[in-house]
Amino acid sequence: MKGLPPVLITAIVLVAGFALCAVQFPNIASTRVVGNLLTDNAFLGIVATGMTFVVISGGIDLSVGSVIGFTTVFVALAIERWGMPPLVAFVAILALSAAFGAAMGAVIHVFDLPPFIVTLAGMFLARGASFLLSTESVPITAPIYSTVSDFALRLPGGGRLTAVAIIMLAIVIGGALLLQLTRFGANVYALGGSRATASLMGVAVGRMTVKIYMLSSLLAGIAGIVFSFYTSAGYSLSAVGVELDTIAAVVIGGTLLTGGQGSAIGTFLGVLIQGMIQTYINFDGTLSSWWTKIATGVLLFAFIALQQGLVALARRPVAKRAGAVS
Amino acid sequence: MENSLDPAASLLEVRGISKSFGAVRALQEVDFTLRAGEIHALLGENGAGKSTLIKVVTGVFPRDAGIVRLGGEEVAPRSAKAALQAGIATVYQEVNLLPNLSVAQNLFLDRQPMRFGIVREGEMRRRAKTLLADFGLDIDVSAPLGNYSVAIQHVTAIARAVDLSARVLILDEPTASLDRHEVEILFRIMRQLAKRGIGIVFVSHFLDQVYEISDRITVLRNGRLVDERETASLSRLELIRMMLGRELAETTSARASAGAQTTREVCASFEGYGKAGYVAPFNLELRHGEVVGLAGLLGSGRTETARLVFGAERADRGQARVEGAPVRLQSPRDGVRHGFGYCPEERKTDGIVAELTVRENIVLALQAKRGLHRPLSRREQDEIASRYVKMLDIRPPDPERPVGLLSGGNQQKVLLARWLATSPRLLVLDEPTRGIDVGAHAEIIRLIRELCDDGLALLVISSELDEIVTYSDRVVVLRDRAHVEELAGEAIDVGSILAAIAADGASVAHEGRA
Repeated sequence: MKGLPPVLITAIVLVAGFALCAVQFPNIASTRVVGNLLTDNAFLGIVATGMTFVVISGGIDLSVGSVIGFTTVFVALAIERWGMPPLVAFVAILALSAAFGAAMGAVIHVFDLPPFIVTLAGMFLARGASFLLSTESVPITAPIYSTVSDFALRLPGGGRLTAVAIIMLAIVIGGALLLQLTRFGANVYALGGSRATASLMGVAVGRMTVKIYMLSSLLAGIAGIVFSFYTSAGYSLSAVGVELDTIAAVVIGGTLLTGGQGSAIGTFLGVLIQGMIQTYINFDGTLSSWWTKIATGVLLFAFIALQQGLVALARRPVAKRAGAVS
Repeated sequence: MENSLDPAASLLEVRGISKSFGAVRALQEVDFTLRAGEIHALLGENGAGKSTLIKVVTGVFPRDAGIVRLGGEEVAPRSAKAALQAGIATVYQEVNLLPNLSVAQNLFLDRQPMRFGIVREGEMRRRAKTLLADFGLDIDVSAPLGNYSVAIQHVTAIARAVDLSARVLILDEPTASLDRHEVEILFRIMRQLAKRGIGIVFVSHFLDQVYEISDRITVLRNGRLVDERETASLSRLELIRMMLGRELAETTSARASAGAQTTREVCASFEGYGKAGYVAPFNLELRHGEVVGLAGLLGSGRTETARLVFGAERADRGQARVEGAPVRLQSPRDGVRHGFGYCPEERKTDGIVAELTVRENIVLALQAKRGLHRPLSRREQDEIASRYVKMLDIRPPDPERPVGLLSGGNQQKVLLARWLATSPRLLVLDEPTRGIDVGAHAEIIRLIRELCDDGLALLVISSELDEIVTYSDRVVVLRDRAHVEELAGEAIDVGSILAAIAADGASVAHEGRA
């Protein structure tokens, strides 16, 4: 191992950044702020976990933001207008989004198309479909929404670990285990290394591709439900551009955009970094919230440069060897 | 589970395999027999059909005719994966493993030991360690494969293949990127596997290694089986003759000219020119009105020499001079600037642009030389194109036809025309007659002679020794990436070239078998 693995660097950036914030605003270092940070970014953490799988496998999923938007509208209409019991609505939308992801994966594999284009089409499709359902914000008044919103574990220091935060943490941990400990996880990395080689080595590449995009869309669906808990409404314009925040979190978390390397925990840290910047800006009060984007942009550049540096380092000993042979 | 380790039993039988790509017959009724527990070298020059044979046997290409029997049973795999399942594993020069995964994951991908749906990482590492220990490797199997040398990656690939119960192991140029010590490790492993009854096909162009490791040799030439022989009873000279297809006896050539060479002016010279790990330093003088032939086996450094001369590869030592003045050749652009032209061996991939017309292909290099600011007018282009179409007799004589639709010989002429249009002083031709029919063949040779008589300096690579003898004023013979001999004038004949290629081989061969 040369130097620090990218995940560790992400962790260091997070801790150092948090320490800096805490020096300026001591109130930041409280369970209350941290608890809110987790709640506010719950949906991002969930969808970013799915994106991690996609990116490690060498793909990309641009449709997740639209799937979240569609989910909020669908859930709101199903409960409020169509009279579906909330749980039935949830199951229906999760089945729908999983099928949507599976279809994108199948198209990518069968027609050998770039994931960028296929999921871009998926993005327009899902967004358009949500406008078709409703163009206005639909408030959700079902009792389960207030129950879930009110539920929270009390943390020492007055913080609250909300239901959505707990769901997110469970998904991050589940995703990390799936990626590290199972055959499925190993195959995700294999696909990112080289699809052709993975196929030669016996990996069912087509089935894997379908499953990976299915997982990503399914998690986007869950993120959409969580988002609707968070806002208690369904709106077709919600979560516009979230796919890019998600990709940013994945890359800042140390996952190689070209695939083959990365981790779910790193992505989680990447989400927290973005949340931390947002929190800092809220505390400051004078800064425009767009500074979040600027800081994220700077961090992205830094991490991409760092990864290139690490990749170059990893190649160097090989070059040296070749020289020594002659 | 037949346990008949009869050494004479044939494990893999290939009978009457034919394969065509369009009009090109890549394999014609080829037979090949591999016995259990033997190491069998498959040899032949470029285009002999080795790779095609391997790919047909392993199902990468569908075959046109013939049968393959493995352990007496007919097999017809449709993919490399199916071949692997049947027991035929191939390890290519570029290792087909995943450098981003750990060594252990690479060995057990898709068949990891599991418990309750979870990969038993510890168990997998332990098994990986045991497996590699069999091959004399003691490495950290949890580290990414990409951290290790090519040799270790090769051994890992072989270990995976063998562990997948391979009965036939095909190694395609496994030693090309290994150093001497690594080759020895690989050979030890190969012998060990052979002892276990696995049949190994060894494809290589390093003849020393072939003599060192193989029990038998099968030689292919132009898609046909030449012969199968015991390595011990096959002399190196005979082997080279089989590969190049020349009967040593006659072929005293009808050589065209042998003028007073020294009086010709030097066009370009190279002193101590070379590149570490590419071609050993050489001295080479190219004179106006003279053809220098480069002869040697595949991988002997012919193309490498040509690329250095043209500037397609950067030399790291030595001095190049053009018309006596020292020059630096850092890139093909430099080569073109000094009036060099280069027709590469891979016409299809490196030379012609198949979608463009004959005219566009011909003016390509000239336009590049003039730069973007001085575009050739359409009239100039038409003039140049029709002049060369006439001069080289390109057929059909239609400058507006896409080059991809022309025959191989005519494509070659278009390439020639492209460089001639830049009025070069030196032209480098790599296998100018490869893959073109007999009539066109003779014409290209006539053209080479004519260009030379017009004062051009030519450096020509060819595997056809007859051909080289016919047009060369001097012949440089290469072996193992070094220039080993230069023949001039009367000394040039097929026999002496073959002798130079095979020199010192006889002694090494016997050492190897002793």
